[in-house]
Amino acid sequence: MYQFSGKLKMLSFALIIFGAIGIGVGFLSTPGSVDDVKEMLSQESSQEDGHESTNQDASVNDHNESTKVIGLDHGDAVHGEHDDEHAEHVYHQLKNRPWSAVYVSLFFFLGISLLVLAFYASQRVAQSAWSVVLFRVMEAITANLVPTSIIMVLVILSASVFHWNHMFVWMTEGTFDPTSENYDAIVDGKSWWINATGWTIRGIVYLAIWNAYRWYIRKNSIAEDTANDNNKTYKKNYNVSVGFLFLFMVTETLMSWDWIMGLDPHWFSTLFGWYILSSLLVSALTVIAFVTIYLRSQGALPGVNDSHVHDLAKFMFGFSIFWTYLWFSQFMLIWYADIPEETTYFVARFEEYKVPFLAMVVMNFVFPVLLLLNSDYKSIPWFIVIGGVVILGGHYIDIFVMVMPATVGGQWYFGFPEIGAVLFFLGIFIYTVFSSFAKANPIPKGNPFLKESEQFHYYNIEHRGESSGDHH
Amino acid sequence: MESSKVIHAFYNDDEILLDAVKAVKAEHHQIEEIFCPFPVHGLDKAMGLAPTRLAITAFFYGCTGLAFAIWMTNYMMIEDWPMDIGGKPSFSWIENMPAFVPIMFELTVFFAAHLMVITFYMRSRIWPFKEAENPDPRTTDDHFLMEIPVKDNVEELTALLTKTGAVEINVVDKH
Repeated sequence: MYQFSGKLKMLSFALIIFGAIGIGVGFLSTPGSVDDVKEMLSQESSQEDGHESTNQDASVNDHNESTKVIGLDHGDAVHGEHDDEHAEHVYHQLKNRPWSAVYVSLFFFLGISLLVLAFYASQRVAQSAWSVVLFRVMEAITANLVPTSIIMVLVILSASVFHWNHMFVWMTEGTFDPTSENYDAIVDGKSWWINATGWTIRGIVYLAIWNAYRWYIRKNSIAEDTANDNNKTYKKNYNVSVGFLFLFMVTETLMSWDWIMGLDPHWFSTLFGWYILSSLLVSALTVIAFVTIYLRSQGALPGVNDSHVHDLAKFMFGFSIFWTYLWFSQFMLIWYADIPEETTYFVARFEEYKVPFLAMVVMNFVFPVLLLLNSDYKSIPWFIVIGGVVILGGHYIDIFVMVMPATVGGQWYFGFPEIGAVLFFLGIFIYTVFSSFAKANPIPKGNPFLKESEQFHYYNIEHRGESSGDHH
Repeated sequence: MESSKVIHAFYNDDEILLDAVKAVKAEHHQIEEIFCPFPVHGLDKAMGLAPTRLAITAFFYGCTGLAFAIWMTNYMMIEDWPMDIGGKPSFSWIENMPAFVPIMFELTVFFAAHLMVITFYMRSRIWPFKEAENPDPRTTDDHFLMEIPVKDNVEELTALLTKTGAVEINVVDKH
């Protein structure tokens, strides 16, 4: 049995505390009222006057065009009203920032745990033998689904029922009311789907389905160890996993519409669900590889050899390309046809998020492909760690660039709330995953494919610490 | 000194063959060639053959294909005859790059795949009218054949090979 070390526990607590402080600083440093924002903007514009408008912040400029505000440095009476509108707009964006920072990290960690669960189910359904020794690692990672789901429910409720945040523009009062000045006919046409009641219920239903499967399969997987019932428990777990995979594909697609695409209610894309899936799946496999490499280095995974690590790296490599394929397919189709209602999505991202938008493609595609192409490198832990850190960073940015342009627009920055949220959820991840791993036998003894998994050998890998007699 | 005679030892099971290879290697006899009806996993390792470098050549062929695609699209669409085709920006290659990616991808795969296959044919000396080098027709059906060059040790080798489970041992002139 694995012992969750006190040092690691301290680390996770420290991360949670520092993260919470960072998030708190983020919430406290938002402007208190629209007047504060006006003051801030007038300071900015007076600085710009000093520089004869040559050093104007590019993002502010683009923003002006999109909202038809003529310019900050024309403070005369004619444009005073527009300035008020602009200040209010910026005020809402700044108010959204700490919420969005938490939301990006929350979605990232929730999604990773969810996709580890889905990958685990797929391994059971495929009756794959190689991954059986990794089952307990995957089960442990899915333990993080519980706290992230609880926090997600709180975010869903605070956004829809209590209106504490304004990340989702369609939740603004009067969006569906033709007499209101906030009325939006396009969104109103979709109100049969995006309405606060349906959105809240759907979100809670998705989380309930995922957590129900996780709870059931974890319980029954441990029961499998001592079952001795002619694989009856194993077959039951197989059947439940088939059902879950079906429900997962449906709920994952709907979830990506509700939680991410819903941030831009005027925009739509058909392969969006797959795109979110690929981004989270490659991150999930990277996390499995990380936890496996760590636990193996602690001697907690006796059945895992270099071939298992090699296969995980191969999945990281393959799904990095799959992500790039979907990312490019979505981008290129929209870029090529250039239909205004679709193109605005990428214009906003390319104008205001150019560095993360382009860096993400390098981090998620070019780097892992070149690093993990060589078969020998795929079983060397530190190569996988370097590649994995870049992949995880890249996919965090991916989620960041999906969420932030819709909620904070040009007011984005990577500071206290963003870093705080990552640390906060990382701390929760470490605590839940390793305490869960310590609670069960690291080897799933009752699985009929266990022996095959322990002897798994990919043909061109020389395992470290094995002589040639161990092969064949 | 090249020997003019070789021993052909026949086996009828790949597991027995693998053990025989290990036994022969342990006695430090040189194995000239092994003929099999199908791939035997671990045979190259048991024989001590160097790993293939075919994948490395494929990587460079792929790079060549990518470079060719970039050069071709840039020359044709940007430099030679830049036209406004449906409003696509043809002022610089990078501005119109997304439209070229399918070509770049396909040419990379095309070059990597075809040139690697041709490399394989050339290195393995396979071509349409090539004369078959099969010492015994049974090796394409159900027998495995190990070829060992003979110095002055026919007796010793025969004894060793019999012990490893060879079903037939012939001393033949080298063709």
